[in-house]
Amino acid sequence: MYPFSFKRAATVAEAADLFKGSDDPQYLAGGQTLIPTLKQRLAAPSDLIEVSRIESLKGISEDGGQIVIGAGVSHAEVAASELVRARIPGLAGLAGEIGDPHVRHRGTLGGSIANNDPAADYPAAVLALGAEVRTAARSIAADDYFLGMFETALEEGELITSVAFKVPEASAYAKFPNPASRYAMVGVFVAKFADGVRVAVTGAGPGVFRVPEMEAALSADFSESALHGISVSAEGLNSDLHGSADYRAHLVGVMARRAVAVAR
Amino acid sequence: MTKVTLTVNGQTVEKDIADNRLLVELLREDAGLTGTHVGCDTSQCGACVVHVNGKAVKSCTMFALEADGADVVTIEGLAKEGELHPVQEAFRDHHGLQCGFCTPGMIMSSVDIIRRNPNLDEKTVREELEGNICRCTGYQGIVKAVLAAADEMKKEAV
Ligand SMILES: Cc1cc2nc3c(=O)[nH]c(=O)nc-3n(C[C@H](O)[C@H](O)[C@H](O)COP(=O)(O)OP(=O)(O)OC[C@H]3O[C@@H](n4cnc5c(N)ncnc54)[C@H](O)[C@@H]3O)c2cc1C
Ligand code: FES
Ligand code: FES
Repeated sequence: MYPFSFKRAATVAEAADLFKGSDDPQYLAGGQTLIPTLKQRLAAPSDLIEVSRIESLKGISEDGGQIVIGAGVSHAEVAASELVRARIPGLAGLAGEIGDPHVRHRGTLGGSIANNDPAADYPAAVLALGAEVRTAARSIAADDYFLGMFETALEEGELITSVAFKVPEASAYAKFPNPASRYAMVGVFVAKFADGVRVAVTGAGPGVFRVPEMEAALSADFSESALHGISVSAEGLNSDLHGSADYRAHLVGVMARRAVAVAR
Repeated sequence: MTKVTLTVNGQTVEKDIADNRLLVELLREDAGLTGTHVGCDTSQCGACVVHVNGKAVKSCTMFALEADGADVVTIEGLAKEGELHPVQEAFRDHHGLQCGFCTPGMIMSSVDIIRRNPNLDEKTVREELEGNICRCTGYQGIVKAVLAAADEMKKEAV
């Protein structure tokens, strides 16, 4: 691993100041993506700014019909939260299926969506639930936040502070995990709201995306059978040693039906 | 170099370390606790699992400075007064190990699994061991050992 200097931030403001004062800094949250990257020498930041001790990034609360989860909340805490399990069971279920228990103990919501790995799970929930990604300066709608493979609307040094999820009438996430890494080969999050259904797919393409045809069909009739005959095109989907684009396109249909079948 | 202070198996460890030192390097090389193993470069094998403030984590995927002020327990801290921990005992009884390389991580994970799941079944044990890889046993003995230890620990708690 290349050397770097380790800095500790106690507040969001201090994190931003430390970032500004460094040459080529990076925030360090749970480290479950960043540390493996550093070990492989795929990144060489001059400074790592530890944000995992910032109190204001922790906590889960309900606020005006939204569930607000701090960027520093771990996957394990989301999975175990009584509030999330009661109000957005699909989200709690998703968090409980990320990686393994050790990864879930350290990895955070903020780190996952800042990184925006095309096979990560959280982006599907954030997009399907029409969430708001909040930073110190602004609030970004999910539809404007994910810009493709590892790309987001975040500015240089902009720290995610929390994510506010709209509470749906029903939701579920169905994932076909890569058996070695547990990342999504394909994951589909389905969220049913009073004014329509949103469907978001991760793992299949270069970034998370919605499926308007499925959304229209499910908004008219929220049932597995409403999805029969609807397929997504394999064009532009990922093809790698784990599976072809055609295979992934097929899995999108299967996972969407599974999600609808268990949504609650 | 930065100073780190933490508690390892009940003892204070204080050390000046390079900022990029991993927790597992601190444990093995500075504290001399070589029971915690390193089996991969990719954060996937779980041989390095220890407890940090009561939670199972991969010590190869955490910087030592992140553990500043923390309470760390390693495999060396489980046995009390020469008596094996019930999970260690169960691994021995149920052939939960062959070469033993994965075992420290397996046992630290298993203790954490039993703590978090008051009513364990086989399916849950297998899911929860997702982050621990064993190249020898085929997992049968490990799963049996975890279930047996869970029962044993319930009895002891009563
Ligand atoms: C073995 C293994 C299996 C995994 N399996 C899965 C899986 O099945 N599904 C899945 O989705 N993920 C998986 N992951 C990744 C895991 O979920 C990570 O926790 C997550 O991607 C990153 O979160 P982190 O808190 O660890 O972030 P870090 O690694 O600390 O940071 C990641 C990036 O985000 C930036 N960052 C962190 N926090 C913020 C913030 N608040 N604001 C702005 N930028 C920030 C950092 O600067 C860095 O660039 C796996 C990881 C491992 C090691
Ligand atoms: S050494 Fe393999 S996960 Fe830590
Ligand atoms: S006993 Fe040899 S790796 Fe598990």
